[in-house]
Amino acid sequence: MGDYIITTNPKRCIACHACEIACKSENNIPLEATLGKIVVLGPKMVNGKPKMSSVFVPCFHCEKAWCLEACPTEAIRRREKDGLVYIIESLCVGCKACIMACPWHIPQWNAETGKAIKCDLCMDRIDQGLEPACVSVCPTDALSFGRPEELSDKTRETYAHGLLERNLSATSVR
Amino acid sequence: MKKYINTLCFMCSVRCPIQVEVENEQVISIRGNPHVPAMNGGVCPKGVAAMAALNDTQRVQSPLIRTGERGSGQWKRVSWEEALDYTADRCKAIFDKYGAKSAVYCERANLISDISKSFQKAIGSPNHFTHDTVCKGSINTACRSMIGYTDGQINADWTNAKHVVLYGRNVFESVEIKAMNSFMAALEKGTKLTYIDPRVTITAAKAHDYKMIRPGGDLAFNYALMNIIIKEKLYDAPYVKRWVEGFNELSRFVDPYTPEWAEKETGLPAAEIVSLAREVSRVKPAVVFHYGYRGSHHPTEVYFRRSILILNALIGSIESKGGLFIKKGLKDAGYKAGLKTFSSQKFPEMEDKRRFDGCGQDKFPIADPAHGVGFMFPHAVINEDPYPIKVLFAFRYDPLLSNPDYNTNMKALQKLDLIVASDVNFGATTAMADVILPESFFLERSDPLQMGSGLKPAINRRIACVRPRFDTEPMWWIVKQLADRLGVGQYFPYETAEDIWKYQLADLDIKIEDFDETGSVSLSDKAIWWDRNDGINFKTPSGKIEVVSDLMESHGIPSLPAYEPLDRQPDAFRLMCGRCVAHTNVMTQNNLYLNHLVPENRLWINDRRAKELGIADNDRIEVASNAGKGEMRAFVTDLIHPEAAFMLHGFGHKEVDSKRSYGKGVADAMLQERHHDKIGGSPALDHTWITVKKL
Ligand code: SF4
Ligand code: SF4
Repeated sequence: MGDYIITTNPKRCIACHACEIACKSENNIPLEATLGKIVVLGPKMVNGKPKMSSVFVPCFHCEKAWCLEACPTEAIRRREKDGLVYIIESLCVGCKACIMACPWHIPQWNAETGKAIKCDLCMDRIDQGLEPACVSVCPTDALSFGRPEELSDKTRETYAHGLLERNLSATSVR
Repeated sequence: MKKYINTLCFMCSVRCPIQVEVENEQVISIRGNPHVPAMNGGVCPKGVAAMAALNDTQRVQSPLIRTGERGSGQWKRVSWEEALDYTADRCKAIFDKYGAKSAVYCERANLISDISKSFQKAIGSPNHFTHDTVCKGSINTACRSMIGYTDGQINADWTNAKHVVLYGRNVFESVEIKAMNSFMAALEKGTKLTYIDPRVTITAAKAHDYKMIRPGGDLAFNYALMNIIIKEKLYDAPYVKRWVEGFNELSRFVDPYTPEWAEKETGLPAAEIVSLAREVSRVKPAVVFHYGYRGSHHPTEVYFRRSILILNALIGSIESKGGLFIKKGLKDAGYKAGLKTFSSQKFPEMEDKRRFDGCGQDKFPIADPAHGVGFMFPHAVINEDPYPIKVLFAFRYDPLLSNPDYNTNMKALQKLDLIVASDVNFGATTAMADVILPESFFLERSDPLQMGSGLKPAINRRIACVRPRFDTEPMWWIVKQLADRLGVGQYFPYETAEDIWKYQLADLDIKIEDFDETGSVSLSDKAIWWDRNDGINFKTPSGKIEVVSDLMESHGIPSLPAYEPLDRQPDAFRLMCGRCVAHTNVMTQNNLYLNHLVPENRLWINDRRAKELGIADNDRIEVASNAGKGEMRAFVTDLIHPEAAFMLHGFGHKEVDSKRSYGKGVADAMLQERHHDKIGGSPALDHTWITVKKL
C-alpha cells in the first residue's frame, strides 16, 4: 500500500457502509463504482451463536503494481514520495487493461466518463494531513490508517501490555 | 474560502453534533463535531448521505398546489404568497363552519415542536400529535407511572454499565453515535451484553449472549427474572427498601411466574433465565435493562415496559453509575430559568377542549397529551368522533406510512377537506396533499435551540450551512406566515432565527455568540448525579418508584394484572418490523446512496418453515393479513425464530415523485392491523399474524 496501510477492526465495524458512501460522495464518483469496499460476512450462525466479520478493501498500492505495468498510455503513475499509485485522468483512454491486470480487479469503471478510476487513498487529503475519507468518516473508529511499522508497533504494544497487566494482577492476587 | 460549521444533523431524530465543511456554497464533507469526543469524528451512512439529499432534484422544489386527483403527482408550481393565501383561505372557510378544532397538526417531535404547539393553541385547536406514540407511547406511559419522568427524560449510562440487557434495542443498527461509541468502549473493557430478539441483528452478533426468544415472550421472560431475583434475594435490598413502593405486592405477584413456566412462553431454557438473574445481580447496580424502542409491541406493551423498569428498580440501577439516570437540565446545573418557550404564552381560552384522540381525557386517561395518540386519527376522521375533523397539517411527518393499517389511514385522508403538507421530500402523505409548503433541508436552515438534557446538560444549535438550493423555507417561518394570515401572528414575535434564539435565551445569561466556536454551550463540566441513597427526585406522588402506581390505580387501571398468554397460530407468522442502519423511518428510502445501499425490504422467514411452504431464498411471495397484502421477495434464513417474520420499516413508497423508491418492497403499515395498547396508546406493531405464499 505504498507507504500506508488501512486496517479493519471487525469487532468495532458495524457494517454500516459509511466508509463506502463517503468515498463515493466526497470523491464524486458514480454510484456503481466502489473504490474502497467494505466486505462483510454474516451475521451467520457459528456453533449456535451469531457471528460476523468484515474487512475494508481499498486499493493496495502494490509494490509490483500490475495495473501500472499494464497501462499502455502511462496514465497510471506512482507517487515518488509515498508510493501511492494513481491515474492521471486525461491520459486514460478507457482500455480497461488495468482492471484486467489487477489480480483483484480493483480499478473501477466510470461509465459517465468512459475512463478507469481507482482509489488513491485520497492523496489530496493525505497532503493536508488528513486521513482518507473512508477512515475519517467511520463512526466507530473501526478503520485505522497509518504506516505499517506504526501499526505493528501499536498492535504489539497493546498485546504485550495486556499480557503484562495480567501477569501483574495475577501476582497481586496471590 | 473554506468554512467549518458546527451544527446538528437531521438525517434522523438523534440529531448528532456534526461539523460541515463548506466551500463556495457547496458542502465538501460532513463529519462528527470534533468538540464532542464520543462522535469519534465520524458520522453514520445517513449523515454522509446528507450531501446527496441536499442536492437531490427529486426534492419538493417550490410551493405546490394540487391540480389532478389526490396522489396523482399533478401539481402547479406557485409562489409562497399564493400557496400561503390559498391555505389560509381554505382554513378560514372550514373553521367558520366546523371550528378550528377540526384541524389536526401532526409532526415528528423536533426543534420547532414548541412553535407548532403554539400554532394550534393560537388558532384554538387542542389537536396536536407527534409520531412519538407510535414507537414509544407505552414506554412514556410506563415510565411516568413508575418514576414520574418520561422515557425522554431518562437515559442509560452506557460508559459505566457492567451488564446491559437489550430487548430488540438494536443499538448497532439503529445507531445513536455517541451512545454507541461509549458502549463499544465499555464492551472492549469487559461490559457484558445480553441481547434478546426473535431475530439476529448486528447487535446480536456483537453480544456475549444472544437469546432467540419466541416473539412476544419478553414479558414472561421478565416476570421469571423477577421471580428468581426476589426468591434468591438477588436484589439491592437497601435501595429497594428506600425507593420501591409495592415490593410486597410484587413478590406475591411474580411468585407463580417461575423460570420453568417462562420456558414454555419464551422457548428459552429455564436455567438460562436463572443464570442471567444471578449474573446481573453480581455487578449490580451497574446494570441497564434497556426500556426502549422495539422489543415486543403488543396490546399489553405498557406492562412489558413497566417490567423492564421494575427490573432496574430491583437491581438498584435507577440513578446509579452504570445504570439508568434521570437527565439533568438548566435548573439542575444551577440556572434559575430554562429556555423560554412560545407555548407558555397566554393564549385565548379554547371553546372545546376535547381532543380528537381523547388523550389525557376519556379514551386514554393516562397517556401523554404532549404527544397525543396518533393511532386514533383515522378513527376520529372516519367516525367524526368526537366531532368532524376536516384539516390535516402534516408537517415533516408521514402518518400514512408510519402508522399501522395503511388502507384505513388512506380512507381517512381521502375524507379530509384539506391536507397541508410540509416536508423536504415527497412522502406518502405529502403526495396526497392539496398544498405543499416545502421546508428547507437541515443544512440550509437554522432552527430553534435544542435543550440537551443529560448528565452534563448543554444547549445545542442548528445553524444554516448553505443557502437553500430551491424555493424552500424553514418551518418556523412557514408556521408564522400561516399564523399571520389566520390573524394570530402576534404569538410568533420573530422574523429571523436569531430573533428566536434571543427569545429562548431571554432569561439566561447566555449569548448567541457563545455558540459560535463549538456549536453548543455546556452547562456543567461534570456529570450531575443525585445521591442514590437519599437524593433522587422521583416525580411520583410518593416520591418513590411506584411498582404499584398511583397514576394507574387512581384511574382504575391495575398495576400488576395477571399475565395473559399470547395466542398461537401455527400456520401463520407473527409480523415484526424494525430498522437497518441505512434508513430513517420512512424518510430516506429515496436518497441516492441509501437507496443504493438498501433498496427494498424482503420478508425474513425461518428456513425450516420456508421449506414447508416451498419458498426458496429470493422467491417472490405474497404476504397478507386482515389489513392488507403485498408482494415482495423472501429472505430465507436461520437467523429468525420460526414463529416470526420480519420486514424493514419504511418501504412500499408509492408516491410517483420519489422515483428511486417508487414501488420497492412492501410497507409494514399495509399489513399491520389496528391493534393497540389501550393504556399507553402505542399501536401493537408486532401483534399482527400474516400468511405467506409463493407466487
Ligand atoms: S489497482 Fe490492483 S494492481 Fe494496481 S496497485 Fe491497486 S491493488 Fe495493486
Ligand atoms: S464506516 Fe466503519 S463501521 Fe461502517 S462499515 Fe465502514 S468500517 Fe465498518
